[in-house]
Amino acid sequence: MKQENIKIALVGNPNAGKSTLFNVLTGLRQKTGNFPGVTVEKKSGTFHLKSSTGKTDGEVTLVDLPGTYSIYPKSADETVVMDILANPQHPDFPKVIIVVVDASNLQRNLLLFTEINDLGIPAVLALNMLDVATSMNLTVNAVQLAMQLKVPVVRINARTGEGVKNLMEAVTHTLEQKEKPALTYFYDPTEKEVQLIEEVKSIYHLDNDYVALQYVCQHDNFSFLEQPARTKLDRLIEKYDFDENNFLSTETIARYEKIKPIVSKAVKSEGMTEQPFWTRKLDGILLHHFWGYVTFAVVLLVIFQAIFAWATYPMDLIDAGTAATIEWVKGILPQGVLNDLITDGIMAGIGGIIIFIPQIAILFALVSILEESGYMARVMVIMDKLMRKFGLNGRSVVPLISGVACAVPAIMTTRSISSRYERLLTILVTPLMSCSARLPIFAILIALVVPSTKVFGILNMQGLVLMGLYLMGLFGALFSAWLLSLFIPRKEPSYFMLEMPSYKLPRWGHVGFTMYESVKSFVLEAGKVIMSISIILWVLASYGPGDKMEKEAERVALENSQLTQDQINAAVASVRLENSYAGSFGRFIEPAIRPLGYDWKIGIALLASFAAREVFVGTMATIYSISGDTEDVLTVKERLVQERNPDTGGAMYTPAVCYSLLVFYVFAMMCMSTIAVVYRETHGWKWPLIQLAYLTVLAYVSAFAVYQLMS
Amino acid sequence: MPVRTLSHLKKGESGVIKSFSDKVMSLKLLEMGCLPGCEVRLDAVAPFGDPICINVGGCYCLSLRLNEAATIVIE
Repeated sequence: MKQENIKIALVGNPNAGKSTLFNVLTGLRQKTGNFPGVTVEKKSGTFHLKSSTGKTDGEVTLVDLPGTYSIYPKSADETVVMDILANPQHPDFPKVIIVVVDASNLQRNLLLFTEINDLGIPAVLALNMLDVATSMNLTVNAVQLAMQLKVPVVRINARTGEGVKNLMEAVTHTLEQKEKPALTYFYDPTEKEVQLIEEVKSIYHLDNDYVALQYVCQHDNFSFLEQPARTKLDRLIEKYDFDENNFLSTETIARYEKIKPIVSKAVKSEGMTEQPFWTRKLDGILLHHFWGYVTFAVVLLVIFQAIFAWATYPMDLIDAGTAATIEWVKGILPQGVLNDLITDGIMAGIGGIIIFIPQIAILFALVSILEESGYMARVMVIMDKLMRKFGLNGRSVVPLISGVACAVPAIMTTRSISSRYERLLTILVTPLMSCSARLPIFAILIALVVPSTKVFGILNMQGLVLMGLYLMGLFGALFSAWLLSLFIPRKEPSYFMLEMPSYKLPRWGHVGFTMYESVKSFVLEAGKVIMSISIILWVLASYGPGDKMEKEAERVALENSQLTQDQINAAVASVRLENSYAGSFGRFIEPAIRPLGYDWKIGIALLASFAAREVFVGTMATIYSISGDTEDVLTVKERLVQERNPDTGGAMYTPAVCYSLLVFYVFAMMCMSTIAVVYRETHGWKWPLIQLAYLTVLAYVSAFAVYQLMS
Repeated sequence: MPVRTLSHLKKGESGVIKSFSDKVMSLKLLEMGCLPGCEVRLDAVAPFGDPICINVGGCYCLSLRLNEAATIVIE
């Protein structure tokens, strides 16, 4: 082993425990990014590997490849596996592959292993889920397996970390081997297509028959092949009259013929094998035609209650803490522009972000528990037929549910949907699911107009209204999918084939990790945007064109000289904001938003939040701390309560205005990152622009209807 | 007598996979471990009768749509 950065890849079937092993090995030393050249999320992490001589040989990079049943991809996600493994020049091309297999379903799991083996990359087999196998009365002989497969086989338990040390030793040993052992093919493709394969090998200078076959079968998925190379391979296919489908069926069956005797020698079965008892019992309820939906509805209700009711206490603490800190900083810094920028601009913006940490943490924790426990797969099954009616797929449920956290990762999860048509529809409607960035807006507006009363003794009225908003987003998404499906022609058949994992207790460490990661990325990613916009806004709100601001301020001060000093200050501040750059901008768009019940101050916030919705509350904080009197620091919510409508003299934030704003934010696509990710996933501007247009129309029309009906 | 397929099974009933009637689908099913000669049992039916969940060879549970199940010929 040299000091160079060595890459090791993890592959395996979905649900084989691959990601668990990844987390055990890399812990907090992981990062996500994108595979170069393709738009699939990449998880990689580092860990220390010790050589057999005992000295530490430095860091190794572990790349977690998407879970797959074979090396022939069925979805956009899976294409990345062969894109790397067939290309030794790829920066992530591994020295060793760890194949994670589920011991309770060895036959099917070994299919992928034999394919990986035939590619000629050294492999180590990690035998996982032995506890499940035992509960199904299966005993697996690892030594026997290693002898027959001619690779190291290590028994591990990824959930407890058992055997991981041995696995690392096996990996080190494989890395240190000087000479590659001669490759024995489990399936030699030259048996049938010898000439075609020889020709491909000589053109592309390949020495492996099976990799040559992959060039023939999968060249359209290989990002490292240029168009002329692809056309050349197409011509070869024609020349040899190669029937891909037939060949692949023959190959798969031949592989199973090889695997069957190996499994029957290595696995002893005592009596009947069955799914675990609890899985069968629970499926009886959770897939039930009535109780299945009841449970799902209850699960959703619990999520929303948790977000609203449980998060209140830490949020109140943070809110009070921020206000106190701002007041303290205002006191210790010398009066002036810098003081205002730091307190009213930056700190008010930060306060608007960190207050939502508890809600986001709870939301991500609950969604992660649902996925971990195996319940999410059941939700896909009970929702498939319903989703089909709207042109979607049962698998669309996952992006839609993840959408309540953030549309960006949710849109990335659509890559597991194999039909491009269903994937596109799902991408187009996912931003309608109310993401966590909308939570701040919902939270503050609901707190303004909805009383915190108890309903039926246990439910909170505010939580129910919040759930209503989420449901509105959901129905908006389903209805839009149906409407869009009438206009977008479907080109390929849809299919749904899904392995049902047995129920498991969530790994709390993993749940905690997801929670930590999401809060971190929210604070850092969103924080950057919010912070910069807060500062820009502060500048735009503090300075104005010409000397209009100063003149108006003097005029107001003179006119109101009979009032107290505090009242004069407030009136001056307000008129200054009105004549600032931001105020003029708000005034300019006011005619367009007047029918929705909004004034120019809301207009400023609306425009600012086009970059990202979470900016809305931060903007409010900035605007109102500038326009109000600066003597005492109030939280955003209290300021909104006090805000008066200059025309009527009543409260500015009437129920009609608040509900109109709420509905606007339910539908509007106000998120640059989502537009960017849709652009990337659909490879062009067509779909993000269509999406932006229809969502903006939908938001405007609905907000207009709500305001006009309620006022 | 018409061909009997997986979609004809009743809940709790078992059958043995004989062949596949759709080429593209058969490859997907093979990769998921549904092999000719393998015993399958209908374990659960989703609300509205579709998709269904089958137990494959006592090993694991697979859910698929009725029209997909109809491509699996059983005896």
